Amino acid sequence: MDTFKRLKQFYWPFRKYFFWSLFFLVFVTAITVVYPIILQQTIDEVVLKDRYNIIPYIALAFLIVMIVKGFATYLHQYLGDLFGITSVYTMRDALYEKLQVLSFKYYDNAKTGDLMSRLTADVEGFRFFLSVGFAEVVRITLLILFSLSVMFYFSVPLTIVTMAAMPFLAVVVFRFDKRVHPAFRSIRKSFGNLNTRVQENISGMNTVKSLSREGFEIDRFSSSNGTYKQNYIKTSELWAKFFPLMEFIGNVCAVALLAFGGYLVIDGKVTPGELVAFFSLVWYILGPLMNLGFVINLFSQAKASGERLIEILDAKEDIVEKEHAINTPIKGHVTFKDVTLTYTENDDSALKNISFDAHPGKVIGLIGATGSGKTSITQLITRFYEPEKGEVLVDGKPVSDYQLKSLRKHIGFVLQEPFLFSTSIRENISYGNPDMSDEQIIDAAKRAQAHEFIMEMPKGYDTMLGERGMGLSGGQKQRIAIARAICINPSILVLDDATSAVDMETEFKIQKALKEVMVGRTSFIIAHRISSLKHADEILVLEDGKIFERGTHEQLLNNNGPYQRIYDIQYQDREAIMNGVS
Amino acid sequence: MAKVKNKPAKSRHLKRFYYTVDQAVDKPFNWKQMWRLLEYIKPYSKTYLPGAIIAMLISTAVRLVVPIIIGKVALDVAIYNKDTTLLTYLVLGIGFLYLLNYISNILRIKWVNILGQNVIYDIRQHLFSHVQRLSHRFFDSRSAGSILVRIMNDITSLQELFTNGIINLLMDVVTLTGIIVILLVLSPKLALAIMVVLPIMFYISTKLRRNIRRSWQNVRIQQSRLNSHLNEGIQGIRITQSFSQEQENAEYFNGVNEDNFESWRIASKKSALFRPFVEMSNAIGTIILITYGAYLILYGGIEIGTFVVFAFFLGMFWEPISRLGQMYNQLLMAMSASERIFEFLDEQPNVKDKEDGFEFTDMKGEIEFDRVQFSYEEDRIALHEISLDIKQGQTIALVGHTGSGKSTIANLISRFYDPTKGTVSIDGHNLRDVKLDSLRQQISVVLQDTFIFSGTIMENIRFGRPNATDDEVLKAAKVVGADEFISRLANGYNTEVEERGNILSAGERQLLSFARALLADPRILILDEATASIDTETEVKIQTALGKLLKGRTAIIIAHRLSTIREADEIFVLQHGKVLEHGNHQQLMSQHGEYFDLVKSQFQMLDAM
Repeated sequence: MDTFKRLKQFYWPFRKYFFWSLFFLVFVTAITVVYPIILQQTIDEVVLKDRYNIIPYIALAFLIVMIVKGFATYLHQYLGDLFGITSVYTMRDALYEKLQVLSFKYYDNAKTGDLMSRLTADVEGFRFFLSVGFAEVVRITLLILFSLSVMFYFSVPLTIVTMAAMPFLAVVVFRFDKRVHPAFRSIRKSFGNLNTRVQENISGMNTVKSLSREGFEIDRFSSSNGTYKQNYIKTSELWAKFFPLMEFIGNVCAVALLAFGGYLVIDGKVTPGELVAFFSLVWYILGPLMNLGFVINLFSQAKASGERLIEILDAKEDIVEKEHAINTPIKGHVTFKDVTLTYTENDDSALKNISFDAHPGKVIGLIGATGSGKTSITQLITRFYEPEKGEVLVDGKPVSDYQLKSLRKHIGFVLQEPFLFSTSIRENISYGNPDMSDEQIIDAAKRAQAHEFIMEMPKGYDTMLGERGMGLSGGQKQRIAIARAICINPSILVLDDATSAVDMETEFKIQKALKEVMVGRTSFIIAHRISSLKHADEILVLEDGKIFERGTHEQLLNNNGPYQRIYDIQYQDREAIMNGVS
Repeated sequence: MAKVKNKPAKSRHLKRFYYTVDQAVDKPFNWKQMWRLLEYIKPYSKTYLPGAIIAMLISTAVRLVVPIIIGKVALDVAIYNKDTTLLTYLVLGIGFLYLLNYISNILRIKWVNILGQNVIYDIRQHLFSHVQRLSHRFFDSRSAGSILVRIMNDITSLQELFTNGIINLLMDVVTLTGIIVILLVLSPKLALAIMVVLPIMFYISTKLRRNIRRSWQNVRIQQSRLNSHLNEGIQGIRITQSFSQEQENAEYFNGVNEDNFESWRIASKKSALFRPFVEMSNAIGTIILITYGAYLILYGGIEIGTFVVFAFFLGMFWEPISRLGQMYNQLLMAMSASERIFEFLDEQPNVKDKEDGFEFTDMKGEIEFDRVQFSYEEDRIALHEISLDIKQGQTIALVGHTGSGKSTIANLISRFYDPTKGTVSIDGHNLRDVKLDSLRQQISVVLQDTFIFSGTIMENIRFGRPNATDDEVLKAAKVVGADEFISRLANGYNTEVEERGNILSAGERQLLSFARALLADPRILILDEATASIDTETEVKIQTALGKLLKGRTAIIIAHRLSTIREADEIFVLQHGKVLEHGNHQQLMSQHGEYFDLVKSQFQMLDAM
């Protein structure tokens, strides 16, 4: 119950829908039981006693009652749904807002697929329970209660004989329920595998065709396809075993009813009308009973879903603004004092005692192998992570003193794989500041060398990007990402391996663009190619989270360190190639 | 509702993002397509299908007969005459019928599912195999997602039709006619009176339901918009936080969320009407039954039993009608799904295998292009009358700007496309006359972005030659220098990797694909920008690996980096689909032509920065 208590804030404000829905439900179930009574009355009071004159009254009463039931059914269902969707509406907003503020650390360990399934399937599971599940428990209870009362009123012994099979049915229902869920899971799992198989095959089609492995792929697909089929058929064997059995038990009740009921009618202890009414009433009890397993399962699923949602809502927000955080323009003076950063406890530190001082307008180059800590440094400046030890200062103040927004809006980021959103190029460029005028957007695009190719597209700046949008090459995407970073006019610019995925020509264009952009901003350049960062005011060569050597290009060239080694590899063949060029 | 109604003034960010959403549109019923679908049942038309139909007929018969026995025999004869022996026989008889029903139900459910799953399996297998055989042109024009949807979702949406749909359709028609016939026999007058409700029920189950379903379609559209944004929002969260757009996005999301809520509310409102309507139509039937039925018992000469039988069957009207209505909707959806499936199945591979194609066994690897012209689209020529002559064991480099035709040449050698004019031949055999499989098995292509399949590293390398032993895989990995990083992984060769898994760096993935290519032991090797996007240290390793890989094979190298190109036996410089000049490095440098300029400008670029 804790789960439901914790999520109370989302559904309790809308409780009036729920209670009204229940109120109407009582009418609905009570009136359901009226139908067999009308049948009984018609047979016993009209036909057998030859009193046709009361038929109009019975008919009228029935009509009125059914109209009332119609309205009650409508209101019960609509209000119940409304309760669920309104609650889930507020819940989704809360979840989304939470996701916006969770830190990088959280996302490092989260899988998109898993988060998505929580935000879709689990939210839906919870909604379904709110809308249908709880009311269904009430409905089943009421229906059984009302039907039993009527039956007992008609004949106690007949009721007992007829309902004798009920415990058997309950046992069958629960046994079925216990076995069907693992079976369904196996279907879902094998379907998931099949899906992955096909998805990989299509995404890797170039590789498949290059190695001529179509036949092999078809074989692999057949086996996944077959497993799915087998799992499905296995589950359907469960249905074949249990559904007819449930129906059979119900039918046995009906046979018992006919045998004992017929005998009682002959004996004069039960009227024929009552016997007929019993045939309907029996199914009002058996039907919901067969459903009970489903409802109970709804409850446990809703609980599990709720727990997974609470995990998101309660996730720790590592990066919190201070109470009196400052909001002030930033000049771009970045200082690291003995900074150590550890991502996960007991793991090796990603950064170890890093210190440097970058004055406004200076260019810092960061070079080193994958995992040496280059990116970590830049992510501390924006306070995406918090250092374990040491201080990260911007304009002399710790980054934790700033309001997050005021800090980050002065820092422009360009990453190796540019992530663009599904919207127009215009919206993408002005992403960091939606109030930008068209002139400013175009200016940013021009400076990023992007204006030209954007204008070549049929819709120019209104070209839609995204899965179904125009396909852009890696270099084009990167230039839009650069325009996006320029557009916020940052004091600090971070280029994280921004040009490694593009060909040389494009790299050259981008580098030229960047060089102009960097003027007047403190810039951090992460790169593999010496050519990208040799003009930096200071180059930090990182190895295993430590600064191995530092200095300008010229100083490092004769330092006999890793920098010189990288330089030699990249430029060794230059002389050889240029032989003959003079 | 308070929160929904008193929301702040409309946010400016409601149009931040734009998602196109696939709509499942109904298609008109199409007999030709239906027959084509039914073809898939044929293999089972002598086994599961007739079995399921017989089982269905038995249980339908039981369901129709029992009410008559209870009403007409038990009530009217046995109980009326106080005949307990007859009653006992009847009870036993009904018990037996129910047992029969029980058994036939078991068999029906079983066979129907086996039938449906087999048909779905067959369709999926057919479509997948067909797609495998399609050419590059097919994949060029479609996103991976849209192909996936057809193989998975569209086929799944046929599942219900093939499992329960067809049998239920028969069952419902039989039940409905059965009831009508029985009622007409028992009492034509009462039967006709009661059947007034049939048109009402049909109306509800088709028109009203369709209206409701449309509003649910709208809900699904809103929902997939919401999901698209959630997915993108999570993937782009780092960018969002970098640009501190959290609040703006939350406002956008609130808008999507509200649209979703509203569409849902409307759909709920419509749906909630459904049950009251059904029940009202039932109630009308009941009222006719009790007024006219009672009248007929008293003055029209029918028995109580007939009245009871009518009461039973009145309750049984709704189910088959409702299911028929559902079935109708299902068929319309199946039409649009099968249309999409057949569209793919009707797609012919552009590159076709000849019936009596030549089986390439011992390829030497001499490649010849004879005045080859090629265009991807009609008015965009990618290659202009190119002629090349590549000797066995030579290493050839193709140089030129993006779009100059380098990759096109490579694609023509593997016969991913056929030339528009001219011929490509290997060892003197025109590629059009050669069996595709036997050709491609002797050619390996290493691409810039290597695809890693989910599975172990061992399996990924073995993809190059599925029947290779573990030792052979290990050997290949060692030769290209991949062994070093693989052994450093916790589970070595058994480490599980996946497509987007970040266990492997770009360089490491490239080494894997070299190992894969080596294992395939091709006569011709094509490296298409294979060494871009790799850090310096790894590049050195790859250069070494490359030397070993190229030994004894004809190789085509497409690259930007001069270091890779320089060693080639012959370099072709391409521009706008034409060969500008060719020769080895020394020759081209001394020519002071395009190649010379290219080399020079690359270094100038570096120096300028």
